[in-house]
Amino acid sequence: MDVFLQQVVSGLAAGGIYASLALALVMIYQSTEHINLAQGEMAMFSTYIAWTLIDAGIPYWIAFVATLVISFIGGVLIERLIIRPVENAPVLSLVIVFIGLLVIFNSLAGWIFTYTIKPFPSPFPESPISVGNVVLSPHSLGAIGVTLLILLLLFGFFRYTSLGLAMRAAAQNPVSARLVGIRVAWMLALGWGLAAAVGAVAGMMVAPVIFLDPNMMGGVLIYAFAAALFGGITSPGGAVFGGFTIGVVEALAGTYVPFIGSELKLLVALVIIVGTLLIKPTGVFGKAVVSRV
Amino acid sequence: MSAILEVKGLEAWYGLTKALHGIDFEVAEGGITAVLGANGAGKTTTLRAVCGMVKRQGEIRLGGQRIDGKATEDIVRLGVAHVVEGRGTFTALTVEENLQLGAYTNLGDKRKVQEDLERVYRYFPVLEERRRQQAGTLSGGQQQMLAISRALMLRPRLLLLDEPSFGLAPLTSQEIFGIMRTINEEEHVSMLLVEQNAQTALDLADTAYLLETGTVVVSGDAERIRDNDVVRRSYLGY
Repeated sequence: MDVFLQQVVSGLAAGGIYASLALALVMIYQSTEHINLAQGEMAMFSTYIAWTLIDAGIPYWIAFVATLVISFIGGVLIERLIIRPVENAPVLSLVIVFIGLLVIFNSLAGWIFTYTIKPFPSPFPESPISVGNVVLSPHSLGAIGVTLLILLLLFGFFRYTSLGLAMRAAAQNPVSARLVGIRVAWMLALGWGLAAAVGAVAGMMVAPVIFLDPNMMGGVLIYAFAAALFGGITSPGGAVFGGFTIGVVEALAGTYVPFIGSELKLLVALVIIVGTLLIKPTGVFGKAVVSRV
Repeated sequence: MSAILEVKGLEAWYGLTKALHGIDFEVAEGGITAVLGANGAGKTTTLRAVCGMVKRQGEIRLGGQRIDGKATEDIVRLGVAHVVEGRGTFTALTVEENLQLGAYTNLGDKRKVQEDLERVYRYFPVLEERRRQQAGTLSGGQQQMLAISRALMLRPRLLLLDEPSFGLAPLTSQEIFGIMRTINEEEHVSMLLVEQNAQTALDLADTAYLLETGTVVVSGDAERIRDNDVVRRSYLGY
C-alpha cells in the first residue's frame, strides 16, 4: 500500500509537469489548430535562461519571474517573425517550420550551453517529508503547487479579464472578433507568449528532477502530447486532467507491470496516444468539431 | 444633409473574381440607406468592402476621412459596427460576454459599458433574461437581437446591417425593424441596410440603391424607388 501511495504521489508530481506542457500545447492548438512540436524545446531553452540567471547569482524567484517574462516575449516574437509569414501555408509546411524550430532551439542550446548535463536548483527544501510510511519530496509537492497555481491564474485570466475574453473570442470566431475591433493577429501572438511562459514553468519544475540538458524535454513532450490528446486537445481542463492521469499511470505501470520497468515507460505514453486516437479521438473532455461543407 | 459614408468607384474581388464593378453610393448623416438586389448582386460584398473584409479598391470616406486602406479592426474602432449575415455570434460564450465584446474598444470604462448594457436590455428585454445563457442556444430571432445589440454596444456612428430579417418569423422581423427605427430616430445612428425584403427595407430607408451583378442600376429617394417600374415589378411584386 505504501509503495502504491508513494508511486501515486510521484506520479502526480510528474503529472503536474506534463499538465503544464500539455496546457501550452492546447493554448496554441485552440487558437490556431496547430500542434507546436517545438513547445518542449522552447521550454528547455527557457530553463537554460533561468539557469544562466541563477548561475549569475540572482535569487531563485526573481530569476523565475524574469524567465517567465523573457519566455513570454520570446514566444510573441517567434509568432510574429517566424509563424506569421507561413500562417496560411499548407499544414505540412507548418510542420516543417515547427520541426525546424525544434532543431534550432536544440542545437542553439547545445552550442551556447554545451551538452554537458547540469544540475538545476529546486526552490523547495531538500529534506524529505514523511507522512506515515510515505516519503514525500518537497520538490514534488512544490511542483504540484506551482502547477496548480499557474492553472488557476490562467483560468482567472481567461474567465475574468477583458483581454482573456478577447483571446477566447479571437480563437472561436476570428471574423466576428475583428468586427468588434479585436486585433486578432496580436491575440495569436499573445497566445504564443503565454504558452511559452507556461512551458517555461514546466521546464523549471522538471529540471531539478531530470537535470538540465538540451534533450531533456524530448520524453516530457511525448507525455504532454499523450496528456493533451487523452484529456482532449480542445479542452484546457482536459489537458490538466490528462497530465495528472498520465503521470500516475506511468508511475504505476513502471512499478507494477514487470516488463515495463523504467526503460519502457515511454511506451505507456505511446499506447495512450494510439488508444485515444482509436477509441475516442476527441479525448475525454474534448469537443468534436463539426463543420459544414 | 452631409454624408457620413461616401463611396466612389468601389470595386471588390473574391480571389480573381470581380464582384463589384465600381459602385457609388452615400449614407446621409443620421440617415438610412438601403441596398437592394437579388442573390449574387453584390449586396453583402458591398458591406464587406466598406469594412475591409474583402479585397477592394475605390474611395471610401467615413465622415470625410479615407478608410479604404484601413484594416477591419481599425475601421470598427472608428465607429463602424457590422451585423453580419448569419449573425456572427460567439456561440460558446454567454449572451453578456457577447455584448461585452461589442464594447471591446472601450471595455476600460466600466460605467459606460454598464450603461450601454442597460440600454440594449431596454430594447431587447429577452436578452437580459438570458444573459448567463450560452449564446449558441438562443433562437434565431434572439441571436439576431443579440447581433444588433452587440453592434450597438460599440456606440457606432454607422451601423451596417446584412439581411436582419433573414430566416426570422414575420412578427420578430417586424419587431426588429421597429427597434431599428427607434435607434435611428432617438440615437441618430446612421445605417446602411442590405435586404432582400425590399418592401420592409424601403419603408425604413430614406435612400435606396438597386444592385444588379455588381453595378448600381437604380438609385434615389426610397419613395421614388418604390414607384420605379423595374423595382416594383421585380422586387416588390405588384
